[in-house]
Amino acid sequence: MSRRIIPEAIAREPWRVILPLFALNTFGSVVLYSAAGGHLQPWALLHTIHFAVFLVMAFVISRVPREFFRALAFPAYGVLVALLLMVDLFGAVRGGSQRWIDLGFMMLQPSELMKPTIVLALAHFFANLPPAMTHNWRTLLPVAGLAGVPVILVIIQPDLGTGLSVAAGAAVVIFLAGLPMRWFIGAGAAIAAIAPVAFFTLLHDYQRKRVLVFLNPEEDLLGSGYHITQSKIAIGSGGFFGKGFGNGSQSHLEYLPEAQTDFAFSTMAEEWGVLGGLFVLAVFLWVFRWGMQVSRRAPDRFSSLLAAGMTFTVFFYMAVNTLMVMGLAPVVGIPLPWISHGGSALMTNMICIGSIMAVDRWSRRGGSLSA
Amino acid sequence: MFDDPKHVSSGTLKNSFDRRSLLIGGLQTGVGVLLAARLGWIALVENEKYTTAAESNRVNLTLIPPRRGAILDRNNQPLATNRMEYRIDVIPERLVDPEATVARLGALLQMDAIALRDLSDKLEKARGFQPLGVASGIKPDIYNKILVRLPEMPGVVAAQGHTRWYPTGPSVGHLLGYVGPASAEEFKSERNPLLMTPGFKLGKDGLEKRFETELRGIPGARRAEVSASGKIVRDLEMREDVPGKPLQLTIDGPLQDYAARRLGLESGSVVVMDCLTGDILAMASMPSFDPNSFADGIGRIEWKMLADDDHVPLRNKVLRGLYPPGSTVKPAVAMAFLEAGLDPEATVSCGGGLRVGNRVFGCWNRRGHGTVNMAKAIYQSCDVYFYHFAQKIGMDPIALMCRRLGLGEKYDLPVVGQHYGTVPDPAWKQKKYNKPWAVFDTVNATIGQGYMLVNPLQQAVMAARIASGKLLQPRLLLDKKAPAVPSMGFSQDHLDYVHKAMSDVVNGPGTAGRARLPLPDVLMAGKTGTAQVVSLNISDGKSGPWKYRDHGHFIAYAPYDNPRYACAVVVEHGGGSGAAYPIARDVMTFLYDQQKALEVLTGMEAGWGGTPQERMASRYSSFASQYGTNAPRPADEEEIRRQSQGPDPAERTPRSPVTEAAAPRPEPDQDQPAQPAAAPTPAPAPSPAPSRAPQ
Repeated sequence: MSRRIIPEAIAREPWRVILPLFALNTFGSVVLYSAAGGHLQPWALLHTIHFAVFLVMAFVISRVPREFFRALAFPAYGVLVALLLMVDLFGAVRGGSQRWIDLGFMMLQPSELMKPTIVLALAHFFANLPPAMTHNWRTLLPVAGLAGVPVILVIIQPDLGTGLSVAAGAAVVIFLAGLPMRWFIGAGAAIAAIAPVAFFTLLHDYQRKRVLVFLNPEEDLLGSGYHITQSKIAIGSGGFFGKGFGNGSQSHLEYLPEAQTDFAFSTMAEEWGVLGGLFVLAVFLWVFRWGMQVSRRAPDRFSSLLAAGMTFTVFFYMAVNTLMVMGLAPVVGIPLPWISHGGSALMTNMICIGSIMAVDRWSRRGGSLSA
Repeated sequence: MFDDPKHVSSGTLKNSFDRRSLLIGGLQTGVGVLLAARLGWIALVENEKYTTAAESNRVNLTLIPPRRGAILDRNNQPLATNRMEYRIDVIPERLVDPEATVARLGALLQMDAIALRDLSDKLEKARGFQPLGVASGIKPDIYNKILVRLPEMPGVVAAQGHTRWYPTGPSVGHLLGYVGPASAEEFKSERNPLLMTPGFKLGKDGLEKRFETELRGIPGARRAEVSASGKIVRDLEMREDVPGKPLQLTIDGPLQDYAARRLGLESGSVVVMDCLTGDILAMASMPSFDPNSFADGIGRIEWKMLADDDHVPLRNKVLRGLYPPGSTVKPAVAMAFLEAGLDPEATVSCGGGLRVGNRVFGCWNRRGHGTVNMAKAIYQSCDVYFYHFAQKIGMDPIALMCRRLGLGEKYDLPVVGQHYGTVPDPAWKQKKYNKPWAVFDTVNATIGQGYMLVNPLQQAVMAARIASGKLLQPRLLLDKKAPAVPSMGFSQDHLDYVHKAMSDVVNGPGTAGRARLPLPDVLMAGKTGTAQVVSLNISDGKSGPWKYRDHGHFIAYAPYDNPRYACAVVVEHGGGSGAAYPIARDVMTFLYDQQKALEVLTGMEAGWGGTPQERMASRYSSFASQYGTNAPRPADEEEIRRQSQGPDPAERTPRSPVTEAAAPRPEPDQDQPAQPAAAPTPAPAPSPAPSRAPQ
């Protein structure tokens, strides 16, 4: 991309990430096209349109000035916590799992938006925190409040997967903010101690079952273990080159559950084999490497934490999903970004990408105010 | 990394960030490598395992039950064949909501309360993998209605298949047996997935069971791509079934049917044999069951009907009924006398009894027969003659002759369960009871009472061997080339003498004048027999409770001077031979003039309430309205088998020795009125019930 031919405004964009993501999303559309039995409807076309819309959104986000980000951090956080409360209350009233708010023109899932927002809020918080305070135990209180409230609100929806996802984003920002290492070791030890108790008391039956099935999928072949087993069959039967486009029997004969959403990676791997799988993994690792580079190059503490937190949020999606479909993690309803069908998750991930792009811009402009 | 809290500045935080972000980056790369390794492990190393799993997911192998080989009569007419029909099965394991599904199917199939209850009972006992027949022979429009609703009723299987069909129903029930779905025990012993295929039936009794291997055939198979919900996406491969081999019997289908129907309301057997080859032309046992209605299992009403019937419809009386043969052994005893050198013209004076020592053994005819030679002793069935000469000649030659003629013999026949009875002699009694042979034992044996027990097939063989003078073996499987039948080694003079005397039983001054065939040119020879069931002080054998009445026997062959067909008829508790010989007469008539014989039968069946099927149907509806769903559950297969086998033959022989001579039972003679008429021509008007024979 020669700078002489292409206008600088366009040339400045991080194409080395956008183009791979575009390729990944297009690959996702191809997989969804096949999963629909060779039709653009109902998933492939929408998947492409979603990407186009959210790419524009990411570009817009990338032009938002840093001060605006920071000014927005706590208000956005506050609004989302309020929405989460509303969702929980409605859920309690309707007596069931409630994750959505119907805004009339779209279904809003506040927990989904909370993933980038918690990163933003914590990055803002730590950027404001005097350096010495990072090692003061009194810091823990506001940090625990900021991170804990949304995580608990999401988990009691109940949505353990998203709750853990929010917690992971928050934990990474806190970790990178430089709090004493021994606190993390202590927290890790505490979690290890509490986990068994929580497993038997706090988890819902179906969640507990999923974990047990993960530990021994063959025990319940037709029940909960069915998902993991069928997913492994799909991936395993693909071989190195895959069965070929449109030839995946596991997905087409509906043995694979959720072939277009949570198990889209399996659908892909059945038809495209290890080759397709390695392509997907490579694009993701490429994006993470870029995200971490941006965070290290970032002009200030806020931008660094923001970029790294956003990268980790994307990473958490990808890691949990792929580990799950390959039988290395329990079944959690987390889709694979850019491959799985579903607008909500794609929006979150594109917000993350847009935010990293914004940080990228700030570092090149030396933290200029203008977009 | 363990920063000193006292000197925290932006710089230290920046350093910390750089180090820690490298750690996070490393974690991300590490997970990426782990994922790549895991991907390679599943898709490359374990590829074969998962490819197999994916294939077994994708491809479903369905067995197609083979068409069962037909069972044909000697003229290639089907006794058992297959009908194409629509059927519905359920596989209990796959039912999501059994009660709702049963209710739904019941409504669609218009099943009545009894059928629904039977189905629920079967479901309760069912094992998960075993398909249960719900209905067969469904009308196409109803079938289509169910077909479109199948996706809403998981576990229900609809199929078009071949179902066994017995055109003459109950007439061949005992002969052929029936087919039914495999039981858990059968599956356990054979371990063949075909047994669990909906619509597959295997032989449960009779020839169907004995020739299961030959009749079964080889199943077809359909390989199809199926979706996870079991929907067939497309057929991959189809292999036609190989039908089972047909089985051709020596049975004459129409004769078998006639004989069975002619038994009417009686409990009895008819056996007809070919005197040239030994071919069994008919082997009927009634009452019977309709093997067509057993195919999907026995319903509660059917079971109640079977259980309430003291005529034991489940037992094949030809093979498993053992009876004292009564006077039908007399021609055999006479043959023994002749072989022993007795002059047939040697006479005895019968005054109604024979004194031996201080005991008197009575003749059935208390008035006495006067001077009796061998011929008169046979056609008048004079007991005193036989008592007298049996004392002289001894039991051993008599027993030997009985055995040579086929009594007490187990034949080499492809049948399930053959009870072969007893021909007693002194050595047998010594061994069995450790008691010496007594005079009254000989007296009993010569008139076919006491320890002697035979089955109707043996009686037919005896008649055929006496008629032909040949060592005929009964045959059930048709072999077109006539067997080389060895001679019995009897003197032709002896045979001629006995034949003439047996002809006189029917055509002369004998005990079965009304057995004369209504045909101008065929004379039938025979011998009556009446066997007591209980001693005289309980019942006179003619009236009173059915189960105390005498058994009626008749053995016969025709034509008397050129034997072609031999026949044995047993009517359990028929009150005497008068119940048996009209049946033999009509069956023999059928062999020569079907039209004439059928006219007689049609008239009789009008009085009996129709053909066996019609009678069963009306009995069914009366039972159904009387008991409804309150009838007890049908028994399991073991109980049905037990009933069909009857008591152990060993138990038929008395536990303690017989200590008395049996009172010989009167034989009817031609002067006595009121036997069911044979043919319109020579016989008097028919009367529905066998009459009492005179004293």
